[in-house]
Amino acid sequence: MAAVDHAAHPPVANQSSRVDARTLGMFLFIASEIMLFGSFFTIYFFVRVSAGTPWPTPPYELPVFVAGMNTIILVTSSFTMHWALQSIKRGNRSGLQAGLTLTFLLGLTFLLTQILEYSRIGFAPYTNAFGSVFFGLTGLHGAHVFVGLTLLAFATIRAFRGHYSEEEHHGVEIPGIYWHFVDVMWIVVYTTVYIL
Amino acid sequence: MANPLTSESEAFRFLLGALVYFGAIAIAGVINAWAGLVVFIALTVAVLWWWWRSRQPAPPRQATGIRGGPPGELRILVIANETVGGAPLLDKIKQLASSTDDTANVHVVSPALNSPLRHLASDEDPARAAAQERLERSLGKLEEEGIDASGEVGDGDPLQAIEDALRTFGADRLVISTHPEGRSNWLERGLVTQARERFAVPVDHIVVDLQAGD
Repeated sequence: MAAVDHAAHPPVANQSSRVDARTLGMFLFIASEIMLFGSFFTIYFFVRVSAGTPWPTPPYELPVFVAGMNTIILVTSSFTMHWALQSIKRGNRSGLQAGLTLTFLLGLTFLLTQILEYSRIGFAPYTNAFGSVFFGLTGLHGAHVFVGLTLLAFATIRAFRGHYSEEEHHGVEIPGIYWHFVDVMWIVVYTTVYIL
Repeated sequence: MANPLTSESEAFRFLLGALVYFGAIAIAGVINAWAGLVVFIALTVAVLWWWWRSRQPAPPRQATGIRGGPPGELRILVIANETVGGAPLLDKIKQLASSTDDTANVHVVSPALNSPLRHLASDEDPARAAAQERLERSLGKLEEEGIDASGEVGDGDPLQAIEDALRTFGADRLVISTHPEGRSNWLERGLVTQARERFAVPVDHIVVDLQAGD
C-alpha cells in the first residue's frame, strides 16, 4: 500500500482543481458591479417609465453637449490606456509613461468637467426624483472614475520610477481593465440618461 | 461567452463593441424613437446570434501521450470513488492481473469530489480529506486481496484526474468503476464515453452496485 500519508493536512491540491484566484476575483467584481449599477438603473427606469416622470423634468435640461465632449475625452483615455500597455509590452517605456500620463490627465479632465457641470446644472439631488436619479447614476460613475484615477496615479508614479517591463506589467493591466470597464459604464449611462 | 475583463486587450475590444452598439442606438434614437428601437432590437439580435455562433464546441482533445511502463509490467490505472472497494472491481483487477505473465502494477485514483459552490470558492480541503480516507480504505482492501497498489487523490473532475494520473503513471489499462445507471453521476455525464474518446488506453467499465451488496 502506497498512498501518500496526510495525517495532519489534506493532500496538496492539483492546480486544475482550483479556480484561478484572479478569475474568481474578476467574476466577483463584475457580479458586484452589475448588482450595484443594476440597482441604480432599475430606479432610473422605474422613475422614467413606470412613474411616467418627464425626462428631464421641465424646466431643467441636461448638458448633453458638454457630456458628449466629456464622453469623447473618456473614450480617448481608453485609447491612451491601451497604447500605454501595448508600449510596455514592446519594451517602450516612454510610450508607457506618456500613455499613462495622458490617460490620467484625460480622466481628471472628465471628472473636473463633471463636477463643474454639477455646480451649473440648476437642480440638486433633493430637488425631485429626476434629480436624485441623475446625481445617483452619474455620481456613482464619478466615484468609479475617482477610484480609477487613484489606480492610474499609482501606476503612473511606478512607471516613472522604472517599474514594469515587457514581462511584468500586471500593475498596468489591472488598472487598464478597470478603466475600460468604467468607460463602458459611462457609455451606457450617457446613452440612457442623456441621449435617449 | 468569454469573460471580457480577463485582460486589458479584451476589455478594450469590449469597449469598442459597446461604443458601436450604444452609438448606433443613440444616433438612431435621436433621429426617431422607433428607429432607435429597431436598431436596438436588430443589434441585440445580431449580438446574440454572434454569441451563439461563437460558442463553438471545444476541439476534441488529443489522446494523452502515454509513458509506457517497463517491459514485463502491466500498469492498471483504476479510477473510482465510493465504489472502489466493490467486489466486481476487485474481481476485474484480479482478472487483469492474472491474464498476463507480466507483473501487475495497480494505481488507484480517488477524485476529490466537491460541491460546485465549494469548488468555486476553492474550498476543497474537506473533499480531498474525504477522498484520501476512501483511498486508504480501498488500498487496504486491495492489500487484503493480495493486490499491491499505490494511489493518489485526484482532481474533482474525474476526466481531469485521469489525465493527471496518466501523465505520471503510464497505464496500459484504464478501469473506471461507477455506480449503476441511474445512480451514477459519472455515467450521466458520459465519463466512460469521454474517457474512451480522449485517452489512447483500453478502458474497462465496471459497475458496482453497493446497494445490492457488491
